[in-house]
Amino acid sequence: MMGYEAVMARRDDIVRQSVGIDYGRYATGRLAFDYERLLTDTGYDLDAVRAIQARTAVGSTPLVELGNLTRLARQLAPQGKGARIFVKDEAANPSGSFKDRRASVSVHEAKQRGFPGVVAATSGNYGAAVASQAARLGLPCIIVQEAFDSAGIAQPEIAEKTRACEAYGAEVIRLSVGPELFYEFLRVLEETDYFNASLYTPYSILGIETLGDELARQARELTGRFPDAVVTTHAGGGNVTGTARGLQKAGATKTAMIAASVDLSGLHMASDRDFNRKSFTTGHTGFSIPFTTWPDRVDVPRSAARPLRYIDRFVTVTQGEVFYMTQALAELEGLERGPAGNTSLAAAVAIAQELGEDQILVVQETEYTGAGKHPIAQLNLALEMGVTVRRGHPRDNVPGKAIVLPEHPSQIGVTDVDLDRIRRSYLKNAAAALPGDQPVSTTDLEFLAEETRTNTSYVTEVLDEHHKPGG
Amino acid sequence: MAERYEQGTWVEIQATILEPGARAPQVPDDTRMVPLEMKAKGFLVAPAALGKQVEIETVTGRLLSGTLLTVNPAYDHGFGRPVTALATIGRELRMLLNSGEGV
Repeated sequence: MMGYEAVMARRDDIVRQSVGIDYGRYATGRLAFDYERLLTDTGYDLDAVRAIQARTAVGSTPLVELGNLTRLARQLAPQGKGARIFVKDEAANPSGSFKDRRASVSVHEAKQRGFPGVVAATSGNYGAAVASQAARLGLPCIIVQEAFDSAGIAQPEIAEKTRACEAYGAEVIRLSVGPELFYEFLRVLEETDYFNASLYTPYSILGIETLGDELARQARELTGRFPDAVVTTHAGGGNVTGTARGLQKAGATKTAMIAASVDLSGLHMASDRDFNRKSFTTGHTGFSIPFTTWPDRVDVPRSAARPLRYIDRFVTVTQGEVFYMTQALAELEGLERGPAGNTSLAAAVAIAQELGEDQILVVQETEYTGAGKHPIAQLNLALEMGVTVRRGHPRDNVPGKAIVLPEHPSQIGVTDVDLDRIRRSYLKNAAAALPGDQPVSTTDLEFLAEETRTNTSYVTEVLDEHHKPGG
Repeated sequence: MAERYEQGTWVEIQATILEPGARAPQVPDDTRMVPLEMKAKGFLVAPAALGKQVEIETVTGRLLSGTLLTVNPAYDHGFGRPVTALATIGRELRMLLNSGEGV
């Protein structure tokens, strides 16, 4: 049976076979599971990941000081404020983004286990990364993308990813807009028996830990101290999770993890009409809010990306601010990069002004740019779609209607997302997933406290609001 | 008579995966009104003309069926014209840095 309902009903079996992990082994409660054991049971510690990545030229990217943007931030900041801004130039990875780190361990695992190929559901850099790693290890690769709207108009950044994946010899299945991409993905897994190189397996997250570890060490070598804060572009939560874990492993336990997303409020992520009016394909609130408040909405039973465990601060910036900073990075620092890392860059230029001049702020990634990915390509598509593009105050930016690039860098700022609201929203989702007629076990309460970085009395109080008696 | 393309020609096909009535229950109304469509590339298994039902062999060796859409499909994404809103940002920032002034 190949109908939508029939295939979705086989989801658990298909996924279990395709990742080679029995997630049921890690369950300790109704919701609780042993997260650390899920990761350590893979057998890949930091050294093992480093060795895998060294073999495929992944990682060891430069940490670059952004001297002119630091000077700019200091000019805008109160006296004595303006942290030194650095960026981890992840564009130096083989396929041009930090996603090579995630793909390297996944594809290595697929090869070790003897899978006949790899498949990934992704419209972004991760597809090119999996295709590149698969090419190196001699495995066939299929990438399933959400690529075009019902008028046949391709999102230009995704069109570039199609080209890149095909350049690495992968088969690319391009789909129109909709969450049923997962259905097609399951059909491909079932037909091919390939490895599911999901973004959310332990392999994918362990692959990012080297990024946090490297940037902590590099910052200390260059400045004599660990970063005071790292700003990470935040979507599905893997980037935040892996980087924060790597920082901790390097001993940078006091470094603040700041998650930054582009505000796309008002646009629907499954809308055919909105698809080509977003101007951003990832790093936006359309992913980061739902994935932070319920990480397990992914293509594996339990996501190894658990962002709420690691985020110290969560901010948003506007579309116009990111395009402005992308241009500023090119013209002031000679680095034509992005879009992805430039969401955190825009946030960093604002946040640097809150920190002291002796403090260190690291923007955690860049990515390669080019045809389709460049701001010119995105803004031209926006104009074609009837979106206004102009200079003005960022507060007038309305996703899908008006992209407003700042008139002056002093207008760039961040909007803080209330983490308490996010925690409550997570626990509301947890309450809905728990059976209504039984008390919540101590194991589940403790798990939820770890997930939200709170305590069991906070968890109990919020669950009670949703009529789930704790304890 | 429509031109027929040889077996082994690199082409793109289109196929409907889900009809409008068969979309997932959670999709918004505008998406529900249109089919879920697929485009895929591969080598023609048998000679065919544009618009015909064909079979292709993909680079991984899978056989896929659909309507023959294009032959030797182009990568036509690019940059487009320079955008006015970006044009003077660098100049403004360099002036600001050189002036040494704050806000």
